[in-house]
Amino acid sequence: MADKKGPETWQEINVGCMVFVPGNASEYHTGSWRDQRPVYDNSKCIKCGICYIFCPEGCISQDAEGYFVADLDYCKGCGICAHECWPGAIKMVEEG
Amino acid sequence: MAKRIGMEIALAAAEAAALCNPDVVAAYPITPNTHIPEHLSDIVADGRIDAEFICVESEHSALSACCGASAAGARVFTATSSQGLLFMGEVMPIVSAMRLPVVMAIGNRALSAPINIWNDHSDIMSQRDMGWISLFAADGQEVIDMIIQAFKIAEHREVMLPLNINLDGFQLTHVVEPMFLPDQEEVDDFLPVYEPYASLHPDNALSMGTLGAPDVFNEAMKAKDEALINSKKIIVQVWREWEEKFGRSYEPIETYQTEGAEVILVAMGSIGDTAEVAIDELRKRKIPAGLLRLKLWRPFPSEELRKAVKGARVLAVMDRAVSYGGATGPVGAEIRSVLYDDPDRPVILNEIIGLGGRDVTVEDFFRIVEKAAQAKKGELERGYEIYGVRGS
Repeated sequence: MADKKGPETWQEINVGCMVFVPGNASEYHTGSWRDQRPVYDNSKCIKCGICYIFCPEGCISQDAEGYFVADLDYCKGCGICAHECWPGAIKMVEEG
Repeated sequence: MAKRIGMEIALAAAEAAALCNPDVVAAYPITPNTHIPEHLSDIVADGRIDAEFICVESEHSALSACCGASAAGARVFTATSSQGLLFMGEVMPIVSAMRLPVVMAIGNRALSAPINIWNDHSDIMSQRDMGWISLFAADGQEVIDMIIQAFKIAEHREVMLPLNINLDGFQLTHVVEPMFLPDQEEVDDFLPVYEPYASLHPDNALSMGTLGAPDVFNEAMKAKDEALINSKKIIVQVWREWEEKFGRSYEPIETYQTEGAEVILVAMGSIGDTAEVAIDELRKRKIPAGLLRLKLWRPFPSEELRKAVKGARVLAVMDRAVSYGGATGPVGAEIRSVLYDDPDRPVILNEIIGLGGRDVTVEDFFRIVEKAAQAKKGELERGYEIYGVRGS
Protein backbone atom coordinates (compact mmCIF):
# COMPACT_ATOMS: atom_id res chain seq x y z
CA MET A 1 0.00 0.00 0.00
CA ALA A 2 3.09 2.14 -0.24
CA ASP A 3 1.81 4.55 -2.88
CA LYS A 4 -1.77 4.76 -1.60
CA LYS A 5 -2.71 8.33 -0.82
CA GLY A 6 -5.87 8.71 1.23
CA PRO A 7 -7.28 11.10 3.81
CA GLU A 8 -5.29 11.35 7.04
CA THR A 9 -7.67 13.22 9.36
CA TRP A 10 -11.47 13.04 9.60
CA GLN A 11 -11.67 16.60 8.29
CA GLU A 12 -10.05 15.46 5.03
CA ILE A 13 -12.77 12.86 4.39
CA ASN A 14 -14.89 13.94 1.40
CA VAL A 15 -18.52 14.71 2.21
CA GLY A 16 -20.36 11.39 2.24
CA CYS A 17 -17.07 9.66 1.32
CA MET A 18 -17.80 10.64 -2.28
CA VAL A 19 -15.11 9.92 -4.84
CA PHE A 20 -14.73 12.65 -7.43
CA VAL A 21 -11.94 11.07 -9.50
CA PRO A 22 -13.42 8.38 -11.77
CA GLY A 23 -11.52 5.10 -11.85
CA ASN A 24 -9.09 5.98 -9.08
CA ALA A 25 -9.65 2.59 -7.45
CA SER A 26 -6.72 1.45 -9.62
CA GLU A 27 -4.47 3.61 -7.44
CA TYR A 28 -5.33 1.41 -4.50
CA HIS A 29 -2.85 -1.45 -4.66
CA THR A 30 -4.65 -4.31 -3.00
CA GLY A 31 -1.59 -6.51 -3.51
CA SER A 32 -0.51 -5.48 -0.03
CA TRP A 33 -3.28 -7.70 1.39
CA ARG A 34 -1.52 -10.82 0.03
CA ASP A 35 0.31 -13.34 2.16
CA GLN A 36 0.86 -15.91 -0.62
CA ARG A 37 1.73 -15.23 -4.21
CA PRO A 38 1.17 -17.34 -7.34
CA VAL A 39 4.34 -18.62 -8.98
CA TYR A 40 3.97 -19.97 -12.53
CA ASP A 41 5.98 -22.91 -13.87
CA ASN A 42 5.70 -22.22 -17.60
CA SER A 43 7.13 -25.69 -18.47
CA LYS A 44 3.80 -27.13 -17.25
CA CYS A 45 1.57 -24.33 -18.61
CA ILE A 46 -0.60 -25.30 -21.60
CA LYS A 47 -1.83 -21.70 -22.10
CA CYS A 48 -5.46 -22.75 -21.54
CA GLY A 49 -6.22 -19.47 -19.72
CA ILE A 50 -8.33 -21.00 -16.94
CA CYS A 51 -6.38 -18.92 -14.39
CA TYR A 52 -7.28 -15.79 -16.34
CA ILE A 53 -10.96 -16.77 -16.44
CA PHE A 54 -11.23 -17.59 -12.73
CA CYS A 55 -9.14 -14.73 -11.27
CA PRO A 56 -11.75 -12.71 -9.28
CA GLU A 57 -9.46 -9.69 -9.27
CA GLY A 58 -9.00 -9.65 -13.07
CA CYS A 59 -5.29 -9.13 -12.56
CA ILE A 60 -4.02 -11.97 -14.79
CA SER A 61 -2.95 -11.19 -18.35
CA GLN A 62 -1.13 -12.92 -21.19
CA ASP A 63 2.46 -12.03 -22.05
CA ALA A 64 3.99 -11.77 -25.56
CA GLU A 65 4.69 -15.53 -25.67
CA GLY A 66 1.13 -16.40 -24.60
CA TYR A 67 1.98 -17.38 -21.01
CA PHE A 68 -0.06 -15.96 -18.15
CA VAL A 69 1.19 -13.57 -15.45
CA ALA A 70 -0.45 -12.09 -12.35
CA ASP A 71 -0.10 -8.38 -11.64
CA LEU A 72 1.23 -8.42 -8.09
CA ASP A 73 0.12 -4.81 -7.49
CA TYR A 74 -3.44 -6.14 -7.35
CA CYS A 75 -3.21 -9.93 -6.75
CA LYS A 76 -4.63 -10.56 -3.24
CA GLY A 77 -3.20 -14.07 -3.12
CA CYS A 78 -6.53 -15.90 -2.95
CA GLY A 79 -5.09 -18.95 -4.72
CA ILE A 80 -8.07 -19.63 -6.96
CA CYS A 81 -5.78 -19.67 -10.03
CA ALA A 82 -3.59 -22.36 -8.46
CA HIS A 83 -6.65 -24.36 -7.40
CA GLU A 84 -8.16 -24.25 -10.88
CA CYS A 85 -4.94 -24.86 -12.87
CA TRP A 86 -5.34 -28.54 -13.71
CA PRO A 87 -1.85 -29.07 -15.21
CA GLY A 88 -0.53 -27.81 -11.83
CA ALA A 89 1.55 -24.99 -13.28
CA ILE A 90 0.80 -22.53 -10.46
CA LYS A 91 2.06 -22.86 -6.87
CA MET A 92 1.17 -20.52 -4.02
CA VAL A 93 4.35 -19.43 -2.23
CA GLU A 94 4.47 -17.66 1.14
CA GLU A 95 5.40 -14.00 0.93
CA GLY A 96 8.47 -13.62 3.02
CA MET B 1 -51.85 33.89 2.45
CA ALA B 2 -52.00 30.64 4.31
CA LYS B 3 -55.41 29.10 4.37
CA ARG B 4 -57.07 27.62 7.42
CA ILE B 5 -57.99 24.00 6.79
CA GLY B 6 -59.76 21.26 8.67
CA MET B 7 -58.21 18.03 7.50
CA GLU B 8 -56.93 14.66 8.61
CA ILE B 9 -53.31 15.24 9.62
CA ALA B 10 -51.94 12.50 7.32
CA LEU B 11 -53.56 14.24 4.35
CA ALA B 12 -52.23 17.58 5.53
CA ALA B 13 -48.77 16.01 5.74
CA ALA B 14 -49.10 14.98 2.09
CA GLU B 15 -50.28 18.49 1.16
CA ALA B 16 -47.26 19.96 2.97
CA ALA B 17 -44.89 17.59 1.18
CA ALA B 18 -46.54 18.51 -2.15
CA LEU B 19 -45.96 22.21 -1.45
CA CYS B 20 -42.24 21.36 -1.37
CA ASN B 21 -42.42 19.98 -4.92
CA PRO B 22 -40.59 16.69 -4.46
CA ASP B 23 -39.21 15.12 -7.65
CA VAL B 24 -39.59 11.54 -6.41
CA VAL B 25 -41.87 9.88 -3.88
CA ALA B 26 -41.36 6.16 -3.23
CA ALA B 27 -43.38 4.49 -0.52
CA TYR B 28 -45.08 1.25 0.47
CA PRO B 29 -48.29 1.32 2.49
CA ILE B 30 -48.35 0.36 6.16
CA THR B 31 -50.79 1.50 8.82
CA PRO B 32 -50.92 4.16 10.22
CA ASN B 33 -48.82 6.27 7.79
CA THR B 34 -50.59 4.98 4.66
CA HIS B 35 -52.78 8.02 4.03
CA ILE B 36 -49.69 10.19 3.57
CA PRO B 37 -48.27 8.46 0.45
CA GLU B 38 -51.78 7.51 -0.70
CA HIS B 39 -52.81 11.15 -0.80
CA LEU B 40 -49.49 12.10 -2.43
CA SER B 41 -50.13 9.52 -5.15
CA ASP B 42 -53.47 11.26 -5.78
CA ILE B 43 -51.72 14.62 -5.96
CA VAL B 44 -49.20 13.24 -8.47
CA ALA B 45 -51.91 11.45 -10.50
CA ASP B 46 -53.96 14.65 -10.63
CA GLY B 47 -50.93 16.45 -12.05
CA ARG B 48 -50.77 18.94 -9.21
CA ILE B 49 -47.04 18.33 -8.83
CA ASP B 50 -44.48 17.14 -11.36
CA ALA B 51 -43.11 14.14 -9.48
CA GLU B 52 -42.45 10.45 -10.04
CA PHE B 53 -44.48 8.33 -7.67
CA ILE B 54 -42.73 4.96 -7.52
CA CYS B 55 -45.00 2.10 -6.43
CA VAL B 56 -42.41 -0.22 -4.96
CA GLU B 57 -42.86 -3.77 -3.65
CA SER B 58 -41.49 -3.16 -0.15
CA GLU B 59 -40.16 -0.55 2.25
CA HIS B 60 -36.63 -1.78 1.59
CA SER B 61 -37.18 -0.87 -2.05
CA ALA B 62 -38.90 2.39 -1.09
CA LEU B 63 -35.89 3.72 0.77
CA SER B 64 -33.48 2.22 -1.77
CA ALA B 65 -35.34 4.07 -4.55
CA CYS B 66 -35.25 7.26 -2.48
CA CYS B 67 -31.52 6.78 -1.88
CA GLY B 68 -30.82 6.35 -5.59
CA ALA B 69 -33.08 9.22 -6.63
CA SER B 70 -31.49 11.52 -4.07
CA ALA B 71 -28.02 10.49 -5.27
CA ALA B 72 -29.17 11.47 -8.77
CA GLY B 73 -30.05 14.93 -7.45
CA ALA B 74 -33.80 14.62 -6.84
CA ARG B 75 -35.76 16.10 -3.95
CA VAL B 76 -37.19 13.00 -2.29
CA PHE B 77 -39.96 12.19 0.17
CA THR B 78 -41.17 8.95 1.72
CA ALA B 79 -43.18 7.78 4.70
CA THR B 80 -43.56 4.62 6.75
CA SER B 81 -44.39 3.09 10.15
CA SER B 82 -43.32 0.31 12.50
CA GLN B 83 -42.11 -2.88 10.76
CA GLY B 84 -41.93 -0.89 7.54
CA LEU B 85 -39.28 1.32 9.12
CA LEU B 86 -37.43 -1.78 10.30
CA PHE B 87 -37.48 -3.13 6.75
CA MET B 88 -35.92 0.16 5.64
CA GLY B 89 -33.32 -0.40 8.35
CA GLU B 90 -30.63 -1.78 6.10
CA VAL B 91 -30.66 1.34 3.95
CA MET B 92 -31.14 3.88 6.79
CA PRO B 93 -27.44 4.30 7.76
CA ILE B 94 -26.37 4.28 4.11
CA VAL B 95 -28.56 7.29 3.25
CA SER B 96 -27.05 9.30 6.10
CA ALA B 97 -23.47 8.18 5.44
CA MET B 98 -23.90 9.19 1.79
CA ARG B 99 -25.18 12.54 3.09
CA LEU B 100 -28.41 12.39 1.08
CA PRO B 101 -31.20 14.74 2.24
CA VAL B 102 -34.11 12.27 2.06
CA VAL B 103 -37.14 13.45 4.06
CA MET B 104 -39.37 10.83 5.69
CA ALA B 105 -42.54 11.06 7.74
CA ILE B 106 -42.95 8.29 10.29
CA GLY B 107 -46.43 7.56 11.60
CA ASN B 108 -45.10 6.06 14.82
CA ARG B 109 -46.46 2.62 15.67
CA ALA B 110 -45.49 -0.20 18.03
CA LEU B 111 -43.31 -3.06 16.81
CA SER B 112 -44.75 -6.57 16.66
CA ALA B 113 -45.23 -9.05 18.30
CA PRO B 114 -47.97 -9.35 19.42
CA ILE B 115 -49.10 -7.54 16.31
CA ASN B 116 -50.27 -4.08 17.19
CA ILE B 117 -51.02 -1.22 14.85
CA TRP B 118 -51.28 1.49 17.52
CA ASN B 119 -48.98 4.21 18.66
CA ASP B 120 -45.74 4.21 20.59
CA HIS B 121 -42.15 5.11 19.71
CA SER B 122 -40.52 1.67 19.50
CA ASP B 123 -40.17 1.97 15.70
CA ILE B 124 -38.06 5.12 15.62
CA MET B 125 -36.13 4.19 18.77
CA SER B 126 -34.92 1.04 17.00
CA GLN B 127 -33.53 3.34 14.28
CA ARG B 128 -32.14 5.91 16.70
CA ASP B 129 -28.50 5.49 15.76
CA MET B 130 -28.85 5.58 11.98
CA GLY B 131 -27.43 9.10 11.64
CA TRP B 132 -30.72 10.80 10.70
CA ILE B 133 -32.06 14.04 12.10
CA SER B 134 -35.19 13.20 14.13
CA LEU B 135 -37.96 15.67 14.89
CA PHE B 136 -41.09 14.95 16.93
CA ALA B 137 -44.34 16.75 16.16
CA ALA B 138 -46.96 17.32 18.85
CA ASP B 139 -49.92 18.30 16.66
CA GLY B 140 -51.05 18.68 13.06
CA GLN B 141 -49.70 22.19 12.64
CA GLU B 142 -46.26 21.01 13.71
CA VAL B 143 -46.46 18.15 11.19
CA ILE B 144 -47.15 20.59 8.32
CA ASP B 145 -44.50 23.02 9.49
CA MET B 146 -41.84 20.41 10.17
CA ILE B 147 -42.26 18.74 6.76
CA ILE B 148 -41.66 22.06 5.00
CA GLN B 149 -38.81 22.96 7.35
CA ALA B 150 -37.36 19.47 6.88
CA PHE B 151 -36.37 19.97 3.23
CA LYS B 152 -34.69 23.26 4.01
CA ILE B 153 -32.75 21.77 6.94
CA ALA B 154 -31.83 18.48 5.25
CA GLU B 155 -30.74 20.09 1.97
CA HIS B 156 -28.73 22.90 3.61
CA ARG B 157 -25.10 22.74 2.47
CA GLU B 158 -23.91 22.66 6.08
CA VAL B 159 -26.23 19.73 6.87
CA MET B 160 -26.84 17.37 3.90
CA LEU B 161 -28.42 14.67 6.04
CA PRO B 162 -31.66 12.70 5.90
CA LEU B 163 -34.39 13.73 8.29
CA ASN B 164 -37.41 12.00 9.78
CA ILE B 165 -40.49 13.72 11.16
CA ASN B 166 -42.22 11.61 13.79
CA LEU B 167 -45.97 11.90 14.17
CA ASP B 168 -47.82 9.60 16.51
CA GLY B 169 -49.85 6.96 14.70
CA PHE B 170 -53.63 7.53 14.95
CA GLN B 171 -53.29 10.15 17.72
CA LEU B 172 -51.94 12.41 14.97
CA THR B 173 -52.12 10.60 11.62
CA HIS B 174 -55.86 9.94 11.75
CA VAL B 175 -57.10 12.99 13.65
CA VAL B 176 -58.84 15.91 11.94
CA GLU B 177 -57.51 19.21 13.23
CA PRO B 178 -57.77 22.85 12.24
CA MET B 179 -54.43 23.91 10.76
CA PHE B 180 -52.87 26.62 8.65
CA LEU B 181 -51.56 25.38 5.31
CA PRO B 182 -49.11 27.86 3.79
CA ASP B 183 -49.69 28.73 0.15
CA GLN B 184 -47.33 27.87 -2.69
CA GLU B 185 -45.79 31.34 -2.94
CA GLU B 186 -44.93 31.42 0.76
CA VAL B 187 -43.31 27.99 0.58
CA ASP B 188 -41.41 28.87 -2.62
CA ASP B 189 -40.14 31.98 -0.91
CA PHE B 190 -39.01 30.00 2.14
CA LEU B 191 -37.66 26.89 0.44
CA PRO B 192 -35.16 27.37 -2.37
CA VAL B 193 -35.00 25.04 -5.39
CA TYR B 194 -32.83 22.07 -4.44
CA GLU B 195 -29.29 22.29 -5.72
CA PRO B 196 -27.47 19.09 -4.84
CA TYR B 197 -23.87 19.23 -3.66
CA ALA B 198 -23.08 16.38 -6.04
CA SER B 199 -25.19 14.05 -8.12
CA LEU B 200 -24.73 10.96 -10.22
CA HIS B 201 -24.65 11.84 -13.90
CA PRO B 202 -22.80 10.21 -16.79
CA ASP B 203 -21.39 13.57 -17.93
CA ASN B 204 -19.65 14.09 -14.62
CA ALA B 205 -18.60 10.74 -13.23
CA LEU B 206 -18.24 10.32 -9.49
CA SER B 207 -18.77 7.51 -6.99
CA MET B 208 -20.96 7.35 -3.90
CA GLY B 209 -21.14 4.55 -1.36
CA THR B 210 -17.71 3.05 -1.96
CA LEU B 211 -15.67 0.73 0.27
CA GLY B 212 -14.23 2.22 3.46
CA ALA B 213 -11.51 -0.06 4.84
CA PRO B 214 -10.32 0.02 8.50
CA ASP B 215 -7.75 2.68 7.63
CA VAL B 216 -10.47 5.28 6.92
CA PHE B 217 -13.60 3.98 8.69
CA ASN B 218 -12.92 5.64 12.06
CA GLU B 219 -12.47 8.99 10.37
CA ALA B 220 -15.54 8.51 8.14
CA MET B 221 -17.72 7.80 11.21
CA LYS B 222 -16.29 10.81 13.06
CA ALA B 223 -17.14 12.99 10.05
CA LYS B 224 -20.70 11.59 10.02
CA ASP B 225 -21.13 12.23 13.76
CA GLU B 226 -19.80 15.79 13.48
CA ALA B 227 -22.19 16.47 10.58
CA LEU B 228 -25.16 15.45 12.73
CA ILE B 229 -23.97 17.41 15.77
CA ASN B 230 -23.38 20.52 13.65
CA SER B 231 -26.81 20.29 12.05
CA LYS B 232 -28.37 21.66 15.27
CA LYS B 233 -27.09 25.14 14.45
CA ILE B 234 -28.87 25.10 11.08
CA ILE B 235 -32.03 23.51 12.52
CA VAL B 236 -32.31 26.37 15.01
CA GLN B 237 -31.49 28.92 12.28
CA VAL B 238 -34.23 27.52 10.00
CA TRP B 239 -36.69 27.56 12.90
CA ARG B 240 -35.90 31.25 13.60
CA GLU B 241 -36.49 32.02 9.94
CA TRP B 242 -39.76 30.07 10.06
CA GLU B 243 -40.90 32.08 13.06
CA GLU B 244 -40.13 35.37 11.31
CA LYS B 245 -42.00 34.31 8.21
CA PHE B 246 -44.89 32.28 9.59
CA GLY B 247 -45.12 33.48 13.20
CA ARG B 248 -44.93 30.03 14.80
CA SER B 249 -41.89 29.39 16.97
CA TYR B 250 -39.92 26.16 17.31
CA GLU B 251 -37.30 25.24 19.89
CA PRO B 252 -35.30 22.02 20.32
CA ILE B 253 -36.86 21.84 23.80
CA GLU B 254 -40.04 23.78 24.44
CA THR B 255 -40.64 24.78 28.06
CA TYR B 256 -44.11 25.11 29.55
CA GLN B 257 -44.67 26.50 33.06
CA THR B 258 -41.18 25.48 34.17
CA GLU B 259 -40.62 28.72 36.07
CA GLY B 260 -40.38 27.72 39.74
CA ALA B 261 -41.41 24.15 38.92
CA GLU B 262 -40.34 21.55 41.46
CA VAL B 263 -41.39 18.66 39.21
CA ILE B 264 -40.87 18.81 35.47
CA LEU B 265 -42.45 16.32 33.08
CA VAL B 266 -40.53 15.53 29.89
CA ALA B 267 -42.58 14.38 26.89
CA MET B 268 -42.03 13.75 23.21
CA GLY B 269 -44.81 13.78 20.61
CA SER B 270 -48.55 14.15 21.06
CA ILE B 271 -48.71 13.21 24.77
CA GLY B 272 -47.16 16.63 25.40
CA ASP B 273 -50.56 18.20 24.67
CA THR B 274 -52.22 15.97 27.28
CA ALA B 275 -49.45 16.78 29.74
CA GLU B 276 -50.01 20.48 29.12
CA VAL B 277 -53.66 20.17 30.19
CA ALA B 278 -52.50 18.34 33.33
CA ILE B 279 -49.95 21.08 34.12
CA ASP B 280 -52.61 23.81 33.75
CA GLU B 281 -54.83 22.00 36.24
CA LEU B 282 -51.96 21.32 38.68
CA ARG B 283 -50.89 24.96 38.57
CA LYS B 284 -54.46 25.95 39.40
CA ARG B 285 -54.12 23.75 42.46
CA LYS B 286 -50.83 25.55 43.30
CA ILE B 287 -48.74 22.47 42.59
CA PRO B 288 -45.42 23.67 41.09
CA ALA B 289 -45.19 21.39 38.06
CA GLY B 290 -43.92 22.18 34.58
CA LEU B 291 -43.32 20.49 31.25
CA LEU B 292 -40.53 20.09 28.70
CA ARG B 293 -41.45 19.02 25.18
CA LEU B 294 -38.63 17.52 23.20
CA LYS B 295 -39.02 18.48 19.56
CA LEU B 296 -35.49 17.61 18.49
CA TRP B 297 -34.37 14.09 19.35
CA ARG B 298 -31.33 13.77 17.05
CA PRO B 299 -29.03 15.62 17.32
CA PHE B 300 -29.86 15.63 21.03
CA PRO B 301 -30.07 19.18 22.46
CA SER B 302 -27.89 18.59 25.53
CA GLU B 303 -27.10 22.26 26.31
CA GLU B 304 -30.75 23.25 26.00
CA LEU B 305 -31.72 20.41 28.35
CA ARG B 306 -29.20 21.44 31.03
CA LYS B 307 -30.54 24.98 30.87
CA ALA B 308 -34.21 23.95 30.88
CA VAL B 309 -34.02 21.77 34.01
CA LYS B 310 -32.18 24.28 36.21
CA GLY B 311 -33.91 24.56 39.57
CA ALA B 312 -36.12 21.49 39.19
CA ARG B 313 -35.95 18.93 42.00
CA VAL B 314 -37.42 16.02 40.05
CA LEU B 315 -37.69 15.21 36.36
CA ALA B 316 -40.31 12.69 35.28
CA VAL B 317 -39.23 11.53 31.86
CA MET B 318 -41.82 9.83 29.64
CA ASP B 319 -40.69 7.10 27.31
CA ARG B 320 -42.85 5.49 24.65
CA ALA B 321 -40.57 2.50 24.11
CA VAL B 322 -38.78 -0.16 26.18
CA SER B 323 -35.06 -0.75 25.90
CA TYR B 324 -35.46 -4.41 26.89
CA GLY B 325 -32.98 -5.39 29.56
CA GLY B 326 -31.50 -1.90 29.63
CA ALA B 327 -30.99 0.52 32.51
CA THR B 328 -33.85 2.87 31.48
CA GLY B 329 -36.01 3.73 28.48
CA PRO B 330 -34.22 5.45 25.58
CA VAL B 331 -35.24 9.04 26.44
CA GLY B 332 -34.57 8.35 30.13
CA ALA B 333 -31.09 7.06 29.36
CA GLU B 334 -30.30 10.08 27.22
CA ILE B 335 -31.39 12.57 29.84
CA ARG B 336 -29.65 10.81 32.73
CA SER B 337 -26.50 10.68 30.65
CA VAL B 338 -26.59 14.39 29.77
CA LEU B 339 -27.23 15.45 33.37
CA TYR B 340 -24.83 13.03 35.08
CA ASP B 341 -21.98 15.53 35.34
CA ASP B 342 -24.18 18.22 36.86
CA PRO B 343 -23.69 18.12 40.67
CA ASP B 344 -27.14 19.69 41.19
CA ARG B 345 -28.89 17.31 38.86
CA PRO B 346 -32.50 16.53 39.66
CA VAL B 347 -33.84 13.13 40.67
CA ILE B 348 -34.84 11.41 37.43
CA LEU B 349 -37.90 9.18 37.22
CA ASN B 350 -38.46 7.29 34.00
CA GLU B 351 -42.00 6.29 33.13
CA ILE B 352 -42.56 4.08 30.12
CA ILE B 353 -46.10 4.97 29.14
CA GLY B 354 -48.65 4.43 26.41
CA LEU B 355 -47.19 1.32 24.78
CA GLY B 356 -49.01 0.02 21.70
CA GLY B 357 -51.75 2.65 21.91
CA ARG B 358 -52.56 2.32 25.64
CA ASP B 359 -54.40 5.54 26.44
CA VAL B 360 -52.43 8.27 28.23
CA THR B 361 -54.75 10.56 30.19
CA VAL B 362 -54.52 13.80 32.15
CA GLU B 363 -55.09 11.73 35.32
CA ASP B 364 -52.02 9.62 34.52
CA PHE B 365 -49.91 12.78 34.60
CA PHE B 366 -51.47 13.79 37.95
CA ARG B 367 -50.35 10.42 39.36
CA ILE B 368 -46.87 10.72 37.86
CA VAL B 369 -46.39 14.24 39.25
CA GLU B 370 -47.60 13.04 42.67
CA LYS B 371 -45.14 10.16 42.61
CA ALA B 372 -42.35 12.45 41.40
CA ALA B 373 -43.02 14.96 44.20
CA GLN B 374 -42.26 12.20 46.72
CA ALA B 375 -39.18 10.85 44.94
CA LYS B 376 -35.87 11.20 46.75
CA LYS B 377 -32.33 10.86 45.45
CA GLY B 378 -30.90 7.38 45.84
CA GLU B 379 -34.25 5.84 46.71
CA LEU B 380 -35.31 4.67 43.28
CA GLU B 381 -35.28 0.89 43.15
CA ARG B 382 -34.66 0.77 39.43
CA GLY B 383 -34.15 3.19 36.61
CA TYR B 384 -37.65 2.98 35.15
CA GLU B 385 -41.11 1.54 35.43
CA ILE B 386 -43.66 0.54 32.85
CA TYR B 387 -46.46 2.80 33.98
CA GLY B 388 -49.86 1.34 34.76
CA VAL B 389 -48.85 -2.26 34.06
CA ARG B 390 -51.30 -4.71 35.62
CA GLY B 391 -49.84 -7.08 38.21
CA SER B 392 -47.25 -4.81 39.77
